Amino acid sequence: MSDSTGNIIELRNIKKSFEDGFIAVRDFNLEVKKGEFVTFLGPSGCGKTTTLRMIAGFDIPTEGQILLNGKDISKLPPEKRPINTVFQRYALFPHLNIYDNIAFGLKLCKDKTYTKAQIKEKVRRALDIVDLEGFEKRSVATLSGGQQQRVAIARAIVNEPEILLLDEPLGALDLKMRKEMQLELKAMHDELGITFIYVTHDQEEALTMSDKVVVMSDGCIEQIGTPEEIYNEPQSVFVADFIGESNIFTGKMSGKKVARFLKADFPCLDDEPVGSQIDVVIRPEDIIITAPGAGKVDGEVQSVIFKGMHYEIVVMSGDNEVVIQTTRNAEVGQKIGMDIEPDGIHVIPADADINIFEGKVVSEGRVAFADGEFDADLTQLYPGSSYDADGNLVDAEGNTIDPSGAEILVKVPVTAPRMDDDKDVGGCVGNIISLIYKGDHYHYIVRTENEEDVHLHDEYLWNEGDLVSVVIPRESILLKFKDDAAVKA
Amino acid sequence: MTRKQLGIPYAVFLICFVIAPLLVVLYYAFTNGEGYFTFANFIRFFTDQNTIGTLFYSLALSLCTTAVCLLIAYPTAYFLAQSKIKRKAVLLGLFIIPMWINFTLRIAALKEILTLIEGNLAFHPFLNSVVGMTYDFLPFMILPLYTTITKIDPSLGEASRDLGATRWETFTRVTIPLSLPGIISGVTMVFLPAMTNYVVLDMLYNSTYIMGSLIGSYFSAYDWNSGSMISIVLLIIIFLVTWATGGFKDEENARGALL
Repeated sequence: MSDSTGNIIELRNIKKSFEDGFIAVRDFNLEVKKGEFVTFLGPSGCGKTTTLRMIAGFDIPTEGQILLNGKDISKLPPEKRPINTVFQRYALFPHLNIYDNIAFGLKLCKDKTYTKAQIKEKVRRALDIVDLEGFEKRSVATLSGGQQQRVAIARAIVNEPEILLLDEPLGALDLKMRKEMQLELKAMHDELGITFIYVTHDQEEALTMSDKVVVMSDGCIEQIGTPEEIYNEPQSVFVADFIGESNIFTGKMSGKKVARFLKADFPCLDDEPVGSQIDVVIRPEDIIITAPGAGKVDGEVQSVIFKGMHYEIVVMSGDNEVVIQTTRNAEVGQKIGMDIEPDGIHVIPADADINIFEGKVVSEGRVAFADGEFDADLTQLYPGSSYDADGNLVDAEGNTIDPSGAEILVKVPVTAPRMDDDKDVGGCVGNIISLIYKGDHYHYIVRTENEEDVHLHDEYLWNEGDLVSVVIPRESILLKFKDDAAVKA
Repeated sequence: MTRKQLGIPYAVFLICFVIAPLLVVLYYAFTNGEGYFTFANFIRFFTDQNTIGTLFYSLALSLCTTAVCLLIAYPTAYFLAQSKIKRKAVLLGLFIIPMWINFTLRIAALKEILTLIEGNLAFHPFLNSVVGMTYDFLPFMILPLYTTITKIDPSLGEASRDLGATRWETFTRVTIPLSLPGIISGVTMVFLPAMTNYVVLDMLYNSTYIMGSLIGSYFSAYDWNSGSMISIVLLIIIFLVTWATGGFKDEENARGALL
């Protein structure tokens, strides 16, 4: 019943929350075909390792199913799953030599018993695959990091698992070693035909090795696709920013397949509704330098850095910073023109440019939302109302209105809030969980203690993780009753 | 002051209270009452039915105490180390704090409890002694075990499960071998003192001699020579046990696992 789909493993609506209430993974749906090389890619803390641990059986999903060849294995203990893991810190048994480490799984095999000679032969072949012939008698402590890594791989593949899980296996190796092992792992994958599920935070590693990349952020899947799709067609600003280098500008669709950004119109291939707000992603290598005035936009070179394969040139065009990678040199201060081919422009529908919160009026002139309290103009709620001389809210006839406790919807444009170091200045306090540079400003997301997110723009650079208070000007807080029927005149 | 000079106080202590007494013991062990060199003490030790009997009784008592301690301490230390309880230190303290109470006081209390249960302590002298020594030495077994088990990388257990081992197989093939240094450390810290600590026996009305009481009885009868010889024999046993368990190997995990 299973093989009609060709999926070796399926994750359905997986959710994992821990005892302290932290939700590590949510809405996780993934299908992996037999023999695929799938990579979970994302910044640390995005839930990729937790997902891998659920597939291995070390963690049990709070909700959802893990299907192996169509059968639900989500409650099965790790020893009953035909899945083996290469651990981040190798986890080789220090009390056993290399031979016994690799033979560990074979000696325990419940499905069939291997003779001593068979085990010996299998271990020899596994060591052969990882290029460590003759290492049987060595102890773990005498091996270098790279060699331990290979033993860890041999120990896993010797059991001929259906799926091999690799948890940042190259993280502890130096750069040169890592590059070598990337190619070797890829070759091993082709040779063995085992399905690989690989976890990394290194986007280059993911792009080099994988058939399919799953980009994760904050416990959710951002995008699933081939490395080319992920790189060329990012579906969100997060993916564009995380994978490779990119210029991200805010703009608008000014015509059919015409995007307007950097104060110019660019024909593009994406067909978003005319007039809609967009984010435009342009890879640094897709910007063509022309003579001043000959391109769509002009700019002045701010800095030039030689990077071996190319020059990285930073150009100011109006208020926007544009990063260009080119093989041609340029002089600082030089005026240049810039052009972009339609296929170099990638348009993403913009993140909401308005924050919407559910809130409550706490007392006259104050509203509670986003985990905090802010001053707001309550006359918006009652047409014709105003504040009298004592500061009381009165309706058109002069009767006092007490809106306390009313449930309201609050809208705040992303351009309105401001961040401050002083925790007492703003209406609410939170940590910066995301920042993305968009040419002339940063787009920040500040998350409060109870997981309310405030999106805001700021031209200055703050650090991810900073604890800031959010100041929202009174006139930028737009109020509406949540349920219009609740309005009592 | 040079670093060598910092060692002087200990060197003085070492010479006065370790090396000199050891030489004195050696001298007495191989001389007779008149001060002439002799092997007679040595021969008497291994031919005297009483001393050999005492040696075996001590060994039996020690072995039982060590085994009981290990059987109680290992599961305790294991669950203490594995538990996700936040206040592990408090739990561990419950086992350690009895050590702060004076040991004779503890044994006196135990005596009352045992009398209450058994009616007369004279019925089970061996059993009572094992209980008393276990009570006394248990923390010395738990602590090194707890330290070694907490140091075991949890990913090794996961790796074992991942490779097809059940919980029990993981315990026997990974956890026990890796906690061996703690077991050895605990065993030496219980086994050796248990051979000589005759105060426990005295207080629990066990009149059988163990090695410690034998030395004491010779010394109080001013037979320095026989007493010294027994001390030397004990020293050799301790040396052999330590050597056999790998205590002299220059490994950071072999000893010092305590605290």
